[in-house]
Amino acid sequence: MSDWDRFVSAFLNVNVAARYWPDILAGVAVTVLIGLAVVVTGILVGLGLAVLRSLGNRFANLLIVQAVDVLRSLPPLVIILVIYFGLPNVGIALPSFVVLWLSLSAVLAAFAEEVFWAGITAVPQGQWMAARSTGLTFGQALTSVVLPQAVRIAIPPLTNRTISITKNTALGSAIGVSEILGRAMSAQSFAGNATPLTIAAVLYVLIFIPLVVASRSLERRYAWRRR
Amino acid sequence: MPELGPFLLEARGVRKAFGTNEVLKGVDLLVAPRELVFLIGPSGSGKSTLLRCCNRLEEPTGGTIRIGGTDLLSPRTDINRMRRQVGMVFQSFNLYPHLTALGNVTLALRKVMKRSRAEADEIGMDNLRRVGLAEKAASYPGELSGGQQQRVAIARALALEPKIILMDEPTSALDPELVGSVLAVVRDLRDAGMTMVIASHEMRFAREAADRVLFLDGGVVVEEGPAEAIFTAPREERTRRFLHQVRH
Ligand SMILES: Nc1ncnc2c1ncn2[C@@H]1O[C@H](COP(=O)(O)OP(=O)(O)OP(=O)(O)O)[C@@H](O)[C@H]1O
Ligand SMILES: [Mg+2]
Repeated sequence: MSDWDRFVSAFLNVNVAARYWPDILAGVAVTVLIGLAVVVTGILVGLGLAVLRSLGNRFANLLIVQAVDVLRSLPPLVIILVIYFGLPNVGIALPSFVVLWLSLSAVLAAFAEEVFWAGITAVPQGQWMAARSTGLTFGQALTSVVLPQAVRIAIPPLTNRTISITKNTALGSAIGVSEILGRAMSAQSFAGNATPLTIAAVLYVLIFIPLVVASRSLERRYAWRRR
Repeated sequence: MPELGPFLLEARGVRKAFGTNEVLKGVDLLVAPRELVFLIGPSGSGKSTLLRCCNRLEEPTGGTIRIGGTDLLSPRTDINRMRRQVGMVFQSFNLYPHLTALGNVTLALRKVMKRSRAEADEIGMDNLRRVGLAEKAASYPGELSGGQQQRVAIARALALEPKIILMDEPTSALDPELVGSVLAVVRDLRDAGMTMVIASHEMRFAREAADRVLFLDGGVVVEEGPAEAIFTAPREERTRRFLHQVRH
């Protein structure tokens, strides 16, 4: 057998692919749904925390900053494992997909909070002054003047973070979430062949390439001309 | 000089400290209806701070401020309601970059005055027309020259029909050839009877248009009087030195 044949039989084995692809494909829905839930939850919670932080309550801000720093410094897999294996000890048993969703949402929320906060502070003080001088309340100035600008500033770093954190749904395989990678890994051990992993890789590319492209057009759309 | 009726803006003994640094040390600023008062003084003398105290963008640490007879600093005063009556124009325009010129002018009309979009747009267009920029209604600030941006900012202040407009160096961020267009708008406003306080070093314009000039230095009013008197025959040595510096 030539090297090429060995390679094909290990990674691109037609028989193995034919046998296992429907099962792996079934994981796509799980990956996409958990991914979407993480994106929505993480970004909304992050935005909420940034807004809360802008109110300037010292105690609340200390809590937010600490929590965010901890979440940003922990590897997501550690958070997932601690919650999954730790919570049952205090009587809370969550399904593995819920643990995955909560963990990744918390991580994304932490990064999103930082990015939105940086966006809010990057809006010049003069914007607040102009808004307040026309009688807008703090809340109106925040929602009508400052946040629209802060969100635009936040979009490029936020899309990058969002994509990289959403890809971590693959970590669900460590706690038995039946998403793409988890299914591919069990197929791989049954078949003793890496082709299911190749299929998983292809599926990830198919899912995330459109997201990368969409994020790029989002960044273009929300850039405005500055002098 | 217009008759001095009851004052529209009545700031007495205004003090403002940032930490231990007292920037305003008891300033009186009394402005009658239809009056145009010029505020001059070296950098750091407290001109911007004084103007910001007059709509409580800065919280004075002492003194009293009344607008149209209402105590601005009273806890019972609805500050957002008062701020509608005090238009503010900034050195760096501070237009909202994500909104069109019309959007800038109508934001407070819709959010604060609760006008419908159609009503707000109509009022907004009237005010853009007033500053000669009706045809730029759909342009974003980034697409406008500095002079045009400042005129939009003036229209934004005018749209709320304020009793008084405060301008903080409205022309000093502009290229010289654009200053005239903004001053022309200010002149129109004065001719229409708008009450204004302007911090500015446009001495020639002050002589032509101002009713009164206040020279501020070190947080106190060093000298005040009619523009002609201040510029041609200042009584105080500090005023003389300052005028000499800005002219040369
Ligand atoms: N938010 C602030 N915190 C601390 N100090 C301040 C603040 N704003 C102004 N100051 C100080 O107050 C003093 C007066 O500033 P202000 O901006 O009122 O002067 P100005 O007369 O407008 O000067 P310029 O001609 O440079 O605009 C300055 O020494 C400035 O450093
Ligand atoms: Mg100033």
